[in-house]
Amino acid sequence: MKARSLVPIFYILFLMLPIYWLVTMSFKTTNEILSGFSLFPQTFTLDSYIAIFTDPTWYWGYINSILYVSINMVLSVAVALPAAYAFSRYKFLGDKQLFFWLLTNRMAPAAVFALPFFQLYSSVGIFDTHIAVALAHTLFNVPLAVWILEGFMRGVPKELDETAYVDGYSFPRFFTKIFLPNIKAGVGVAAFFCFMFSWVEMLLAKTLTAVEAKPIAAVMTRTASSAGYELGLLAAAGTLTIIPGAIVIWFVRNYIARGFALGRV
Amino acid sequence: MKTVNNRGWFFVIPVVILVAFNALIPMMTVVNYSVQETFGNNVFFWQGLDWFEQILRSDRFQAALGRQFLFTAIILAIEVPLGIAVALCMPRKGFWVPVCLVLMALPMLIPWNVVGSMWNIFALPKIGMLGYFMNDVLGVNYDMTQNRLAAWITIVVMDVWHWTSLVVLLCYAGLVSIPDAYYQAAKIDGASNWAVFRYIQLPKMKTVLTIAILLRFMDSFNIYTEPFVLTGGGPGNSTTLLSIDLVKIALGQFDLGPAAAMSLIYFAITLLVSWIFYTVMTKDDPS
Repeated sequence: MKARSLVPIFYILFLMLPIYWLVTMSFKTTNEILSGFSLFPQTFTLDSYIAIFTDPTWYWGYINSILYVSINMVLSVAVALPAAYAFSRYKFLGDKQLFFWLLTNRMAPAAVFALPFFQLYSSVGIFDTHIAVALAHTLFNVPLAVWILEGFMRGVPKELDETAYVDGYSFPRFFTKIFLPNIKAGVGVAAFFCFMFSWVEMLLAKTLTAVEAKPIAAVMTRTASSAGYELGLLAAAGTLTIIPGAIVIWFVRNYIARGFALGRV
Repeated sequence: MKTVNNRGWFFVIPVVILVAFNALIPMMTVVNYSVQETFGNNVFFWQGLDWFEQILRSDRFQAALGRQFLFTAIILAIEVPLGIAVALCMPRKGFWVPVCLVLMALPMLIPWNVVGSMWNIFALPKIGMLGYFMNDVLGVNYDMTQNRLAAWITIVVMDVWHWTSLVVLLCYAGLVSIPDAYYQAAKIDGASNWAVFRYIQLPKMKTVLTIAILLRFMDSFNIYTEPFVLTGGGPGNSTTLLSIDLVKIALGQFDLGPAAAMSLIYFAITLLVSWIFYTVMTKDDPS
């Protein structure tokens, strides 16, 4: 083993330490957690997990989160696809300005939008629905999806479009039958990023929901404050939020580096 | 070459409608609040630019802004060199590549409030791994609820833990796109490691590195959930970054006018700095 491979090894160890701590803590009893430091659970218990899976408030938190993340993913990629195609293929009036304007929304601090979103969605009657959170998250996911897809589409030669037209393909047929299969990695990566940023965002998700669509984060903070020091429960809930991300990332592992570079390598 | 065709607008209409509904209407609400005073009951008075003046002059805003710039500067100064170093040392092909990439990306897929709670649990004195190690093994007095320096170090380390992988993955994507021929040519010329890095690897990483810095700037400047859950802005106000302060004013005290004015100033600063990055980034872009 070469000396230089020690750098990534130590870096990954550093990344894994807090995660390890969270996971082990979820298997400990509250007494053991509060009584002091222990590297492994002395008495292994699944109580925290059982508590979560038997309490509807808890597991509905997860279902709600997954629901709005999925709606957001579909919505963002669906509107971003044609837009990214236009940006990658045509020059049109104000294209650069429009592109930058879209990106500015990725830069907007979520804290700025929390209150106006609350008022806007309340006035159109979608407050406390999954749609509200999904819509709010498109604010930063649509620009990102456009950016990524545009990067991937740019890599597809324009001759492909022209050949298809010569062959008599109509545009919708060309787009779905020929173009989409060519950039399916890009679509996957864009969907992955929409999943990622919608799944991790909490400020808007919490502000825009009350009961019906309450995300797991809101359940966690309320439990943390009401039940006092239920650290085991909190750790178990946290561990469960890592799992969907870990599953999703495994699917895009081969494209992940290119995806993070927004298709621009 | 792209063709000039205004038909492009038809393709972007869905995005424009969605973003206009989502960004323009709320933004106009903020602009409205920022120039008015209200005593509730939906009665508003014209206030002009008073709120802006008041915010810009207030010590509280300046202090929060200062802390925000300090935080962003520190994390950029750590994450960018560290990210480059890790990316350079990563294997280029083989079984370990996807394993490394997945493990490295994992922290970024954890909900931000869980990241905060996780580090809170990790850093608890006596109980948490980090807290136990610092206090009982090293004998340092480490308690982030009491000690300002400890709180700052904890949020910085948390952010490094959370986001350095973004820089690593971006740089790695740039590095694997370098053809082997470049390295062979460098070897024939007898180039040193430093020369290879300076004249082959760094130029190839330029685009991705700018994206990394841009994303890290935007996200660290807007950071809210993680430090809020971890320290709650304390002890005192020592880790009250801009977003935390803004939410305190807007949703805590419900001072809509000042909060709106602060939002616009905040957004303007983010936008200005990001625009500078964006201009630099697209300067050499052929399209």
